[in-house]
Amino acid sequence: MANAIEVSNVSKEFVLRHTRSIKEAVVWLAKGRKGDLSKKFHALKDVSLMVETGETVALLGLNGSGKSTLLKHISGVMLPDSGSVYTRGRVAGLIEVGAGFHPDLSGRDNVYLNGAILGMTEKQINERFDAIVAFSEIGEFIDTEVKFYSSGMYLRLAFSVAVHTDPEVFLIDEILAVGDEPFQRKCIAKIQELAERGKTLVVVSHDLDLVSRICDRGVLLEHGNVMFDGPISEAVSRLRS
Amino acid sequence: MTTTISGELTRPGLGGGFRDLRQSSFLLKLLVRKELKVRYRGSVLGLLWSYVKPAVQFLVFYVALGVFLGLERSARNPDGLSNYAVYLFSGIVLINFFSEALGNSARSIVNNGNLIKKIYLPRELFPVASVWVSAVHFFPQLVVLLIGCLVAGWHPDVFQLLAAVGGFAIVGFLATGLGLLFGAANVYFRDSENLVDMLLMVATWASPVMYSWTMVQAKLGPVVFAIYQANPITVGVELFHYAFWYPTTDGSAAMPPNLFSLWLPIGLVISLVVLALGQLTFRRLEGRFAQEL
Repeated sequence: MANAIEVSNVSKEFVLRHTRSIKEAVVWLAKGRKGDLSKKFHALKDVSLMVETGETVALLGLNGSGKSTLLKHISGVMLPDSGSVYTRGRVAGLIEVGAGFHPDLSGRDNVYLNGAILGMTEKQINERFDAIVAFSEIGEFIDTEVKFYSSGMYLRLAFSVAVHTDPEVFLIDEILAVGDEPFQRKCIAKIQELAERGKTLVVVSHDLDLVSRICDRGVLLEHGNVMFDGPISEAVSRLRS
Repeated sequence: MTTTISGELTRPGLGGGFRDLRQSSFLLKLLVRKELKVRYRGSVLGLLWSYVKPAVQFLVFYVALGVFLGLERSARNPDGLSNYAVYLFSGIVLINFFSEALGNSARSIVNNGNLIKKIYLPRELFPVASVWVSAVHFFPQLVVLLIGCLVAGWHPDVFQLLAAVGGFAIVGFLATGLGLLFGAANVYFRDSENLVDMLLMVATWASPVMYSWTMVQAKLGPVVFAIYQANPITVGVELFHYAFWYPTTDGSAAMPPNLFSLWLPIGLVISLVVLALGQLTFRRLEGRFAQEL
């Protein structure tokens, strides 16, 4: 079977700069580059990951282990310093839902705007609009400005847009904590349905019970290195130990 | 399990430059519409502000420069410019367009940082949408200008109308190019937006908006005047004068020499070079936007 995601020998180094002004940079240069203007930090070290089409993969690890950075490389938000990333088909991220929402626009406008940001065409949004509203349970508030929404409503609408984008590869980062419990169950059911339809899923979450239910394969990251890659149950037990 | 394998392997995150814009035209449209909706939210006058602001600005300059400093031609001041009000306003609308386009596009990347950090989309969309929004705001000012022109007895020919389109295009390309350049630079150094503010202040006075080009030639000599003329904004403003102000006068006023044979092509080429450079710089820098923002 063909690979949906091919990450080969990717390294990423972050430069933590302390300054955002030209003045300080010039002073630093004038002083003969003494002192540290920036600090380097390896977020990913020679990471390789092949994901077949239809696989469900969980990226596990403690905070700062490089999970989200890896996800950002797959989505194209970041480019690797060395190595290469290839993906097949359309990739959409359920990464921090609501990033593309504007508080002063109505729910309806935000569905269109966010849908387009996530790569949907006008026709696709028109077709799916009713389904998106129905799934979000927003109902009559769809024409209200989203700044008046409760945080639960806001997340429900954002999640609903994201799951209706229908890409080949789904990237899910720490968003399963949306809404109240009934809605959360609905989200998880929707994600499981996507997996059953043969979509490729890559999930980042600290909720280990949850990822064990959704994913078959677990990849354990630590300080930017892949420590383990195999069945989810083993990955979870390793992380817990 | 049946899976459909669609498409080839591609590298995510590598933008195709302006080619992406055509594919994302729907998103561009929505971004522009969002800006227009959000701009005057909660204000009573709404879009009317787009008329009120330039009208007040025009009035202030007209009274101070035209009347007090004597740029307007009158019985006691025969050396002034006839129809100075139209002369002034036709330049102001173009400078306003340039200022708004460049000012907003230079800030657009940092302002949309939240989105750029999380979701991949063609980032050129943001500066280009800013320029687009400015073009929409330019329209009501143009309407006011046209009414003023008609009152002053405007009778343009086709060539003069084409000159206005040319002037607008030159300034639009320049603003987009500089907007991409400074917008990308602003991610790394926030000084960039202050630099732009300064640049915009200079731009207003470095082209014959308030005064006449003949004053520059008379005071500074041919060499400096040639440099002055090479500024694409100067060419744009002079083209606007030719289109809107010149047809309201008796035709005795002199237009800058070689405006069409030399300065129009030069202005257009400089603008397009700046656009190409801006796009090139933008593409080189955009790979690191997500981590620098």
